[in-house]
Amino acid sequence: MTVTHTYDAVIVGAGGAGLRAAIEASGAVKTAVISKLYPTRSHTGAAQGGVCAALGNVEEDHPEWHAFDTVKGGDYLVDQPAAQLLTEEAIASIYELERWGLPFNRTPDGLIDQRRFGGHTANHGERPVKRACYAADRTGHMILQTLYQQCVKRDVRFFNEFYCLDLLLTDDGHAAGVVAYELATGELHVFRSKSVLFATGGYGRMFRVSSNAHALTGDGPSVVFRRGIPLEDMEFFQFHPTGLYRLGVLLSEGARGEGAILRNKDGERFMERYAPTIKDLAPRDVVSRSIYQEIREGRGLGPKGDYLHLDLTHLDPKVLEEKLPDITEFARVYLQVEPTREPVPIQPTAHYAMGGIPTDVHGRVVTGSDETPVPGLYAAGECACVSVHGANRLGTNSLLDIVVFGRRGGDDMARHSAETELPDLPPDATARTLGMLDGILTRETGDNVADIRSELQDSMFDLAFVVRTEESLAKMGEILGALRDRYDRIAIGDKGSVYNTDLMEAVEVGFLLDCAAALVAAAEARDESRGAHYREDHPLRDDANWLKHSLAYLQDDGSIRLDTKPVKMGPYIPMERKY
Amino acid sequence: MATPAEILNTSEERRVGATHLTTLTLKIRRYNPQVSEDAWWDEFTIQVDPFERLVEALHQVKWHHDGTLTFRRSCAHGICGSDAMVINGRNALACKILVKDVAPKVTIEPIRGLTVLKDLIVDMEPFFDGYRAVLPYLVNDEETERERIQSPDERERYDDTTKCILCAACTTSCPIFWADETYIGPAAIVNAHRFIFDSRDRAPRERLGILSEKTGVFRCRTTFNCTDACPRGIEVTKAIQEVKRAILFDRV
Repeated sequence: MTVTHTYDAVIVGAGGAGLRAAIEASGAVKTAVISKLYPTRSHTGAAQGGVCAALGNVEEDHPEWHAFDTVKGGDYLVDQPAAQLLTEEAIASIYELERWGLPFNRTPDGLIDQRRFGGHTANHGERPVKRACYAADRTGHMILQTLYQQCVKRDVRFFNEFYCLDLLLTDDGHAAGVVAYELATGELHVFRSKSVLFATGGYGRMFRVSSNAHALTGDGPSVVFRRGIPLEDMEFFQFHPTGLYRLGVLLSEGARGEGAILRNKDGERFMERYAPTIKDLAPRDVVSRSIYQEIREGRGLGPKGDYLHLDLTHLDPKVLEEKLPDITEFARVYLQVEPTREPVPIQPTAHYAMGGIPTDVHGRVVTGSDETPVPGLYAAGECACVSVHGANRLGTNSLLDIVVFGRRGGDDMARHSAETELPDLPPDATARTLGMLDGILTRETGDNVADIRSELQDSMFDLAFVVRTEESLAKMGEILGALRDRYDRIAIGDKGSVYNTDLMEAVEVGFLLDCAAALVAAAEARDESRGAHYREDHPLRDDANWLKHSLAYLQDDGSIRLDTKPVKMGPYIPMERKY
Repeated sequence: MATPAEILNTSEERRVGATHLTTLTLKIRRYNPQVSEDAWWDEFTIQVDPFERLVEALHQVKWHHDGTLTFRRSCAHGICGSDAMVINGRNALACKILVKDVAPKVTIEPIRGLTVLKDLIVDMEPFFDGYRAVLPYLVNDEETERERIQSPDERERYDDTTKCILCAACTTSCPIFWADETYIGPAAIVNAHRFIFDSRDRAPRERLGILSEKTGVFRCRTTFNCTDACPRGIEVTKAIQEVKRAILFDRV
């Protein structure tokens, strides 16, 4: 049985970007938010260190300095007008969060306090600058809670534990709605709508060591990919330098912002060799590669020599208690390490997708090299690619991205919906979804979903992580082909309709395989090194051939076609990236 | 929760994982309305890294032994609040318990006082109804050009209750809530406290009015179950007492 709902605006995903969009849209048009989780479970809540804006509360700062850092941090693949807009609108966005009650830490004068963060500098790289507004190491938690509180205040309509499985488009390519699976009942729901915004987050669960929640399986990107919409810059995936060893749980860059130091097995502060000016506060791609280099040259620790140390022992225990309480607890609970007295084992962890669904600065999804809008279709947050992060996102800019572009997307979808008639649904709106689910549900025997997922995660970690080569990526491509074949034969144990999370996980693995295929294809084609994409066989940046975004299209036969589009330049001329 | 004193563990295994797997038997309270009207118990015995999280042991069962085993989880490190369960009789997040601390045998049940829908999944709606009832948002329409000023001391006043992740471990550990689900419960009071004691808020009296009703704070009998259950270390009972005092003395 299928239930049909009708809204002016439908938002898929209830993390920071989705909630911020909902606040904007729900004031103007009839809005629904669909999420496979309860909103407060969203992974925005796991962000720790801060959200940057050039408030200048603690020392001199300017949005233009922030824009420069963002463009340089992104290794010049950032669309510069978007970065300028992001950093200018940052200030009003932070004040807005404060007005909504966000409990920022305060300066002695009662202003929002700010601290240092990787890649954020004064006057175009001179020295680290205090730009990150923060609430202890729970900034994401506070943003998620504050935005959810504002949605409660506005009585926003949520459909919790509804899993969006398909995008509906009219014959002439307008967004017409989505199909969602209600986890509690197994029923399909069709949400007709004048506009649809995807805000489903990232896909970091394709890697074995990951800071990402189990839920982060690339749902939104894969749903639109299967409907012919390209994915942009998928080869750029950020590996955060300081994941808790083995587990990947994030230890905030805010720790290094407060003075923590990375050390190798000799106790050496090795970042002094790789980034002499800003050392441990270099951007994440630089630090992760440095860690990889230390490990490869035999200066790692442990029986396998595959981790390094984050040293917080010289910090005042009060700093840990007041400004870094959660990561202190993570080290205690998960590794049984006491960070006030001993260094914490860390390794790079899969963290953030710079690439995703291509959008303009209004959140509108755009396809092709000429950026043709898909009427009524929007994306915001990690699942989108504006692109403000280019080839490597700076710490704190993701939380900024979700509030700035969540608002812009919500605002524009409300405008669009107010001006548009409700599109007709395509015939057989649920046919594709039913076909997908029936295949999974009816097979009695077949391949195990968890085995496919762990092989995906292990091989992506080995072959497409911090360092890549043509050979490793080609091998990964072959593995993905074999995994896809196995995926087409999966069988699951739960055939029921009540909270069938076995089915949900099976669908999620299919989405991950799509995103991984796009990532690997784009990474194989890009024979240069830029930002987080490091090709050992092509270690230099190649602006002559590759100062452009990649676009990956899924074709009917399951293969991927690659295209490119130009980077929008601005005042910053690409130069060698040194820190 | 481990305290520094308990962490004088100097073994290498804590850092790098165990060299030998341990045997863990999970005794799990099951319910599936499509299978039976009655709940039942199942036992699964698996081999698992003693330094692994209990939620991953549950995954191992689901992924390799019984795909119908159903529970909520997402972040797997104690931030999203999805996986509150009764673990060996006490409420906790399955992602904040290590296998070695419960091996060789652990009993897992759904949290109490909310209707079980399937296995370890309960109906969270009554819980969120309580949350929504306390005006869980800042009330203050005064115009400001920049941020409002709030001193570090004013900010510290409500810090503890900002940590809440709405996992329901506190509310579903409360014997008053088990007996009477109209009691608004500790989590809702924690979230009211977070605003009542925020110097920027202008609606503490409305919230105190809601909490002084017969479904409110005076149902609390200070058993401290909620404080013991909170995976974020919030002093829940203390927060409830502060709200009671604010109502009694009409003072925030």
